[in-house]
Amino acid sequence: MTALAVADLQAGYDPDLPIVKGVSFGISKGEAVCILGPNGAGKSTMIKAIAGLVPCFGGTVRLGQTDVTGLPSHVLVRNGMGFVPQTENIFTRLTIIENLQIASQLLPKSERADRIEAMLEMFPDLAARPNELAGALSGGQRQMLAAARALLTEPQVLMLDEPSAGLSPKLVGQVFDTLRRISEAGVTLVLVEQNVRAALALTKRALVLVDGKLAHDGPTETLHDGKLLGELFLGHRAAEAAP
Amino acid sequence: MNPQAIIDGLISGSTIGLGAIGLTLTYSILRFANFTHGDFLAWGAYLTLTVAGVLGGLAAGLGAPVYPFSFGWGLPLAMFGGVLLTVALTLGLDRILFGKLRARGADAIIIVMASFGASMALRSLLEFIFTAKPAYFTKALQIAKPLGFGMRATPDQLLVIGLTAVLVVMLHLLVTRSATGRAMRAVSENPSLAGVYGVDVDKVIRVTWIIGAGMACIAGVMAGLLVQIRPYMGFDLLLPLFSAAILGGIGSIPGAMLGGLMIGLAEAFAVQIVGAEWRAAISFVILVLVLMLRPQGLFGQKGV
Repeated sequence: MTALAVADLQAGYDPDLPIVKGVSFGISKGEAVCILGPNGAGKSTMIKAIAGLVPCFGGTVRLGQTDVTGLPSHVLVRNGMGFVPQTENIFTRLTIIENLQIASQLLPKSERADRIEAMLEMFPDLAARPNELAGALSGGQRQMLAAARALLTEPQVLMLDEPSAGLSPKLVGQVFDTLRRISEAGVTLVLVEQNVRAALALTKRALVLVDGKLAHDGPTETLHDGKLLGELFLGHRAAEAAP
Repeated sequence: MNPQAIIDGLISGSTIGLGAIGLTLTYSILRFANFTHGDFLAWGAYLTLTVAGVLGGLAAGLGAPVYPFSFGWGLPLAMFGGVLLTVALTLGLDRILFGKLRARGADAIIIVMASFGASMALRSLLEFIFTAKPAYFTKALQIAKPLGFGMRATPDQLLVIGLTAVLVVMLHLLVTRSATGRAMRAVSENPSLAGVYGVDVDKVIRVTWIIGAGMACIAGVMAGLLVQIRPYMGFDLLLPLFSAAILGGIGSIPGAMLGGLMIGLAEAFAVQIVGAEWRAAISFVILVLVLMLRPQGLFGQKGV
């Protein structure tokens, strides 16, 4: 069953200069997919467009059976889309618990406290100091709070934009361990990541974006040796790319 | 020095503080300095006066003063109507002007200039409809009663201070303890992220206008009750409102209230120390000092 279907998506900040140029792919329920590509390839713009934060100029985005193309982000969240931006992904002037409470407003009142409790159990670092300002958290803890917030509403699809950006290697390990647990729990995961090694280890399928177009879509095993990825990143294979 | 300045300062500070609360909320959430806010005070006062006139025509007894105050039940009822009409005015202005500019992604300076133009239009419209002649909610005279320590105040003045305190506590609780308040604080920090969290940013903006307009109307009625109603009453308060909002720290409700009281007290003491002609300069001096020495204000956060 398809959780997320993107068809001929064109998006960016200026309709005359689209950054994402006709990308199509589908992601099955429970699948973990990484989106790779060189800097400026349009990876972040693409998932922001899917998440309703960047204008779509053409194509469609379907979440399950629902066409969600161009819907604002707060409506997409209600439709089951979870998105964790790369930076500024938590409210630093609110406490940890307040960050979770805001997201919990989308749930029925009777479920809110239980879901917050479940998230605090999943992320014990957060449970230790729920009333502390989120701005006092370390980089890794911030990513965990961002993930907890996104997972709180049990999204059909969870998309993360470079969760390892700016983190120390130790914290990157912690964040990816958390993402592995989330994926193993059956959440459909879409990950944009510059840390290719970590992304390939976590996911089973990779999309490679080059110059706003899909240059590769296949199992991560084909990219492990780095040769194909190198060719794709340098643009040698872009012309013969699928689809 | 005459201790009466303390009471005088608290009374004018209450009006300034309530007005500054609306200003600080719109500043922190809509991210522009709203020059029309002073005119919302004046419009609130005139709309309340109009509703009071209609109510007085329907039931003459509503205008009879209720001891110990100088006004009857008609005024609080009319203020309720005035708040609703002022809210409608602000939401209408947002729909036809500020909302359209936001949707186009206009720079903050464009929106500020638009608010400046709208302010002049609103003020001229008031003068056109009601003339520049001062109006009053009541003609009844009140004798100030002694409070001790050489201070005196009328029941109306004490009511203004008490009502302000109640409103500030209620608003502070709303912003810090309720889901609506959390959403407002979230939008204030990062509107784009708030959308990702599922917050309807447009709804939060509407709530902000509603609260700001409500507070502006009540502040306008207070100023009108204690002094008089004039088309320029809001414009004259604009500098103290901005000074109070910035002194308290943008986004902080207790800060705006405290800033308002401090401005009110500073003005009252300035009248005694350097003369009434310098009163208006006090807000300007405080504004400049705060911007130079502590731009985030008393309770604001750096970078806001």
